[in-house]
Amino acid sequence: MFGLGILKGMWVTLTHFVGSFVDDIRWLGRRYYTPEGIAHRTSKDARGVFTVQYPEESLPIPEEFRFIPFLIYDVEEDGSHQDRCTSCGICAKVCPPQCIWIVRTDDPETGRPVPEPAEFFIDIDICMNCGYCAEYCPFDAIKMDHDFELSSFDRHAEHIYNKDKLSKPASYYAGIRPTNYAREEAIKAEKEAKKANR
Amino acid sequence: MTEQAAAPERELTALEQRFPGVVTLDERKGYEGHIVQADKLIEFATALRDEMGYDYLSSITAVDYLTDDEEAESFFELVYHMYKSTGGAALVFKIQIPRDNPVVDSLVELYPGADFQEREAWDLMGIKFEGHPDLRRILMWDGFEGFPLRKDWKEPYYEEDAKPFGNRWPGGQVYRIEDKNPYGKNNQYPDGFDPSTWKESEDPKLYEVLEKAAMEYSEDIDTEQVVVNLGPQHPSTHGVFRMAVRLDGETIVALKPVMGYLHRNHEQIGERNTFIMNMPFTDRLDYLSSMSNNFGYALAVEKLMGDKATPPERAEYLRVIMAELTRISNHLWAIGFLLNDLGAFFTPALYAIEERELILDIFEAVTGSRMMCNYFRFGGVARDLPEGTEQKIKDLVLERLPRKIDELDLYLTENELIRSRCEGVGVITPEDAIAYSAAGPVLRASGVPYDIRKADPYSIYDEFKFDVAARYHGDVYDRYLIRVDEMRQSLRILQQALKKLPKGEILNGKNPYQVRVPAGEAYGRVEGPKGELGFYVVSNGKPNPWRYHVRAPSFINLTILEKMCVGQKVADVVVNLGSIDIVLGEVDR
Repeated sequence: MFGLGILKGMWVTLTHFVGSFVDDIRWLGRRYYTPEGIAHRTSKDARGVFTVQYPEESLPIPEEFRFIPFLIYDVEEDGSHQDRCTSCGICAKVCPPQCIWIVRTDDPETGRPVPEPAEFFIDIDICMNCGYCAEYCPFDAIKMDHDFELSSFDRHAEHIYNKDKLSKPASYYAGIRPTNYAREEAIKAEKEAKKANR
Repeated sequence: MTEQAAAPERELTALEQRFPGVVTLDERKGYEGHIVQADKLIEFATALRDEMGYDYLSSITAVDYLTDDEEAESFFELVYHMYKSTGGAALVFKIQIPRDNPVVDSLVELYPGADFQEREAWDLMGIKFEGHPDLRRILMWDGFEGFPLRKDWKEPYYEEDAKPFGNRWPGGQVYRIEDKNPYGKNNQYPDGFDPSTWKESEDPKLYEVLEKAAMEYSEDIDTEQVVVNLGPQHPSTHGVFRMAVRLDGETIVALKPVMGYLHRNHEQIGERNTFIMNMPFTDRLDYLSSMSNNFGYALAVEKLMGDKATPPERAEYLRVIMAELTRISNHLWAIGFLLNDLGAFFTPALYAIEERELILDIFEAVTGSRMMCNYFRFGGVARDLPEGTEQKIKDLVLERLPRKIDELDLYLTENELIRSRCEGVGVITPEDAIAYSAAGPVLRASGVPYDIRKADPYSIYDEFKFDVAARYHGDVYDRYLIRVDEMRQSLRILQQALKKLPKGEILNGKNPYQVRVPAGEAYGRVEGPKGELGFYVVSNGKPNPWRYHVRAPSFINLTILEKMCVGQKVADVVVNLGSIDIVLGEVDR
């Protein structure tokens, strides 16, 4: 029968239309603006409206999500900050768009390099969020951030981040990437135990 | 140029025996194939096509072997990759021509699919193809000075020959290169070119070609023909793509695609990069299917690196799973937006994108990014599946996607409006599809069941049971149907892969930040969602590739667009383009 195909198609749109109400009623009051509502809307059983009403609500960020790198410092017992970065330069060498600039500290007396960066710049306009710096850093000193809301009024003045702006405490890192953090700490503890046994 | 004195004790290959004195084996270390004398190219290619059945010209590219060495000679080398459309390994041959007079015969007469690729080699490398009917620049504009892929050419924001740049560490004083080299002061025009009087819409060379094509067209009644420019800003060109169409009434007389608006000289960037730096750049080619791009590039470099880069089994499975998920998400997008082009405003597109969204959620959880995945490494993949992701993929593949693809099928396939709009539109015969080097769904919808996963298997595709989808009418409707078929086949592969997914390592050895790649050449090709995606990589043992070429399926599939459209109504142009499924990031590179 001519037109049967169209009718079948209309049936599909109708089920979608009705389905969205079914889900709204079944999840009455919980479908929007709640974590379990968002989880349901991104699950295999989701039907009806998929839209996440950003910025009122937003999708949960998976642990591996990567955006603009940041530097980690450890907080010592006396409250001082210890950079994990030793300015070895691997991140600057592996960076595909070459957006990392590092100034190495030299000891003023001996002229030898000190394992701490004097300055550290990332041009976030150039950064392509590939995550190589974090992946290849041998000291777990640079990691990818979760914060993606970075708009500013003047890109020329504000989009080159310096060490101050890039540095964040290790506890922040533990908060956004708990699994990775736990794994890295375990490896570190194992290494130290080996050293102590020697 | 070539060392003509072949080693006497070596046995002559079949090709050398067939063409004595014309063909010699390429005996450089790490290289494959034969070297053909430049003046015998046409004769050789004719014999290949007509006697030996190498009817599919996959890739033409050029390499600039520029050397400072006084004793060695600099030359251009053209590299041809040919295949049989019935399957099998490649036949590679090369032509070496002097650098000061780079002229070679054009293959367009024999293989129409050479058209755009030869134009690209002219545009970027400056190689003249004698007998090419339309040798204009293709990715650059006429006001561009020089040939950017030549080794002695430097870009406007030139810093150094190769990354990593020396001033980044340890003395890195940050600066914005735009401040040192501001826009407007970094360009150079060819002699006699005045940018202030140049107007793109009056590009004389383009209009001349259209005119020439229109001369062959004759109608009884004299009518005035007009040229219509579709694009570059047009919602149905899927990006910044322009088609100059010459119309007689509503009938298309000639059509020339104009591209390059998104050109960023990907290959030149790739030659500045180290090998591993190229991986995230490949994501940006066909940004809808970055996993496939990673796959192709990883295969090419792994071929060069040899055994130490063979991925462990789990990594192979993860690669296949990701590549097939990519194919599904790409085809969903393609179908959705084909329907948009047909005028079904966004309802089918959004139904399709919903499923794509769930696939992207998985990519984000595994790789950290929804589209720019950067997941593959040489010898494996970057990271293992996080907890719970495998279950998520299973839910999607075993439960939701089969249901949703069936629903899409029910929704669209039999719809009378779609059928009357698509059937018999943009018909491509199998002979044409092969001759024009069409690839992927475009080729298979024309009745040529050529799928690299079967024809020349890579990775672990030979372990899975699946069929090569083929349709036989070669029209827009079949190019829609083939995508539905392929999604179902991808689901079959995924179901098997998930069942067999082994435990174990995901990377062969360590993951060093600088890989050592021995000198040589390699061509890695995969069956991407849009067709044959190939990466031709030449290494000279240094940290950066000497040559890095992408055989972009979207770009080469456009060669056949004019053939598809001529003689039809102007309203069908948009549908035909939609059915090829291009992504401008890959077309323009």
